Amino acid sequence: MIITLNNTQTEFDCEKLSIADIIELKSFTFKMLVVKLNAKLILKEDFSNTFVTDGDNVMILHLISGG
Amino acid sequence: MILIKLQHVASRFKNVFIFRDHIKSIMKFLFLLYKLGRLIQRTFEQIAALLNTCKVGIAGAGGLGSNCAVALSRIGIGELVIADFDVVNAGNLNRQYFFRDQIGKKKVFALRDNIQRINPDCQVFAHDLKICEEHVFPLFSGCDVIVEAFDAADQKKMLVEACITRLPNIPLVCGSGLAGYGSNNSITTQQWGNIYICGDQNNEVSETLPPMAPRVGIVANMQANQVVEILLQNK
Repeated sequence: MIITLNNTQTEFDCEKLSIADIIELKSFTFKMLVVKLNAKLILKEDFSNTFVTDGDNVMILHLISGG
Repeated sequence: MILIKLQHVASRFKNVFIFRDHIKSIMKFLFLLYKLGRLIQRTFEQIAALLNTCKVGIAGAGGLGSNCAVALSRIGIGELVIADFDVVNAGNLNRQYFFRDQIGKKKVFALRDNIQRINPDCQVFAHDLKICEEHVFPLFSGCDVIVEAFDAADQKKMLVEACITRLPNIPLVCGSGLAGYGSNNSITTQQWGNIYICGDQNNEVSETLPPMAPRVGIVANMQANQVVEILLQNK
């Protein structure tokens, strides 16, 4: 499956892929993540039951304290 | 014979359509040149006059918010909507745009005073409140760009999520990763659609990695610079 992850074409070797899987596979270890699948915001509680399909555009950004 | 004539007419029409496409692309190219020319040729007075018609929302008046607001006011932004609940304290003065005699004052009002001293033509709408999700739409729906200038990561997340769901068409410029000192070149701007993140995306504030004027100022001014680019790109 090929998706656009954070502006980069990324290939995953699996047929079923949730947002939680992506976070684990790509080792996003920061706590404060904001996830957008295509134009839709995905909340933390839906990470494991939201699945991506080929060609999807996924944004996973992390936010760090300080300002 | 009639068929041949018809074919002839049809091919002429086809030529007209192709010709029209050419004209379109030439016009587009000329328009781009025109825009580029205008960009290069703008004087500061012309830039300031354009910015004077713009309204920018700033969520937070700490290190990022105060410095970003001051930079934008200096170059002639017409209106600023600033919201924060905090009070100026001595520990803020190592990076935030306040003065010693303002300790104890509400940050939004102290910042409004400072901006008025720099550029009285910049109208500041100061809101003394702790921004929650439900405030985001009423506060910022009339803005051309929103600047995320909070301190705590959970607040940043709340604002980004609220903007994605409630104000998806307004560009959002965030700051993330600015603690410590040095490593100039690790600070960048990343873009996802109309969401921009300025910072090193790595250095979290801690006891031994405090936020300090130089690096916080870099990110705050990078945010201001991004705001100006967004505001002027369609003018």
